[in-house]
Amino acid sequence: MSRPAAVPTITRGGRGSLVGGGVMLLVVVLLAAVVPYVVTLGALSSLVMLFALVILGTTWNLLAGYGGMVSVGQQAYVGVGGYALIQLADAVGAPPWLAVLAAGLIGAAIALPTSYLVFRLAGGYFAIGTWVVAEVFRLVTMRIDGLGGGTGLSLSAFRGTDRVERVAFVYWFALALMIAVVLGTYLLMRSRVGLGLTAIRDDRVAASSLGVAVDRGRRLVYVAGSAGAALAGALVALSTLGVTPGSIYSVSWTAAMIFIVVVGGIGTIEGPLVGAVLYWALQQALAPLGTWYLVVLGVVAVGVVLLAPRGLWGLVAGRYQLFPTGYRVGAVAPDATVARRAGE
Amino acid sequence: MDWLNAGVQGVLLGGQYALLACGLSLIFGVMRIVNLAHGVLAVLAAYLSLVLVQQGLPLWLAIVVVVPLFAALGYAVQRGLFNPALAQVGQDAAGGARGAGELAPLLVSFGVAVALTNLLQEVFSADTRKIPTGDLASAGLPLGDLSVGVLPLLTLGVAVAVIAAVQLFLARTSTGRAMRAVADDAGAAAMTGVDPKHMYAVATALAFATLGLAGVFVGMSTQFSPGYGDLVLLFAFEAVIIGGLGSLWGTLAGGMVLGLAQTIGAQIDPQSGVLAGHLVFLAVLVVRPGGLMPRSVQA
Repeated sequence: MSRPAAVPTITRGGRGSLVGGGVMLLVVVLLAAVVPYVVTLGALSSLVMLFALVILGTTWNLLAGYGGMVSVGQQAYVGVGGYALIQLADAVGAPPWLAVLAAGLIGAAIALPTSYLVFRLAGGYFAIGTWVVAEVFRLVTMRIDGLGGGTGLSLSAFRGTDRVERVAFVYWFALALMIAVVLGTYLLMRSRVGLGLTAIRDDRVAASSLGVAVDRGRRLVYVAGSAGAALAGALVALSTLGVTPGSIYSVSWTAAMIFIVVVGGIGTIEGPLVGAVLYWALQQALAPLGTWYLVVLGVVAVGVVLLAPRGLWGLVAGRYQLFPTGYRVGAVAPDATVARRAGE
Repeated sequence: MDWLNAGVQGVLLGGQYALLACGLSLIFGVMRIVNLAHGVLAVLAAYLSLVLVQQGLPLWLAIVVVVPLFAALGYAVQRGLFNPALAQVGQDAAGGARGAGELAPLLVSFGVAVALTNLLQEVFSADTRKIPTGDLASAGLPLGDLSVGVLPLLTLGVAVAVIAAVQLFLARTSTGRAMRAVADDAGAAAMTGVDPKHMYAVATALAFATLGLAGVFVGMSTQFSPGYGDLVLLFAFEAVIIGGLGSLWGTLAGGMVLGLAQTIGAQIDPQSGVLAGHLVFLAVLVVRPGGLMPRSVQA
């Protein structure tokens, strides 16, 4: 109370982040060391899908939450990743883990030239333009000899591998990949580049006037987001042992990404984690109802955008930040409640 | 002769795409919303008229029912969903709460599209349907050695009439003037006594009415299913971009270019029609990103 009022405290994170980080570490340890030994193989495969959804949501959030680009065409890269994995693992003979990583790189390599095309469209027209690109990818894939046409491909690299061994490998690998993607996104957002991206998210024009390279930043998130979609597509193909053009290039991947990000909380790193778990749980719970769950998801997404635009995480964020990216200036007011409010 | 036939069919097909694109272009022109539910709403109109026809209503009466119904739906959707979403864009611009912000209308329309597509799938199944039209679908007029379908010709005629009517409405009526004023500057228009929220809803009602009409024509000429809405959205969008933003006559030209690309592509290889259309769209985007007839008339 006797401190001079002119010296504010600057903090990043805080006790909430430490506790949250500890909880997350515990969850990761449970997922890595306990869960595989107590649940069925089917449940493990289903968890692989959850990890893929986290990757999809996290990387779509890079595009929409930080780049301001709503892409309805990220299934293009899910498809590229799936097909690339099978080609690399089967035709080239690469080990599956390497094939997944390479599939992500291939997704990035294709996204870079594509970005010059789709960046000619702005806002909503960008959304549909990316969808057209995804359709072109699907139609071209179906016409390339050796990619199985309309029936797709099945993965044979695991032939001869024990089923338990295969599912366990895919599970641990997917878990590691998910952690790498989320941590990578966190580190990216903490970096100087991330600061620029956050500025672009908040106000593109003001960011540009302060010297943030807006176009380069947007291209970076488009390429990184597409690489993430390709990684997820490769994981899906690895887990389901095959691809069909109709399902791996389906716009429902993008519907899932949008739901995960919007309902979880757009423009935050924690939001897509929450959204992915919710989406996955709803999918599991409502699966017997057929496509009704998609009706529910659509309605819930509309409701969240209109009534709670910052998503579920937004309802608690500010109080807790699991991934502290920014610095906070804590006022040194004598009244503790004022200080707390300023800290929020 | 096959090529000439493909050309004529393509131009006529363009009429359908232009009719579909009209509402997309109008909503974007007035309030900068891209309605991702556009395609599935057209399919909804097709299902509604199919049900009415199956109940024994003549087709023309089904159209008379569906079009005003869609206008009312448009007014309600704008008031209930799009206007609140637009309010968030305003908040975002004013530095308000962070969130979906300027993406809100797009995300809302996508949510509607996902819900409606799957609702239609639950109600009508994923089987393809077609509105029975008696002899109309197969009737043709002899033109030299060619036979020109009556239904595509009728669709093109309706498309031209609708575009002309919308243009006249925007240019000559006081409501149309108010709509253009709101599109240019909603705040300034509000000061002159125009209610932007009402005007937006009127614009969406008009757009949905043209969309309902377009949906019925799609249902008469094409085998449709709930998922067909995706393609409808893409084709309408491609017609708008090829033609040039903000120009309804440009959209008609864009629809014809798209139709030509598809029929000529299908002539070269029967499986490549849709792909050829997409590729022509991407080529236009590279070579002439403003479209063929950019901004000749602002909607």
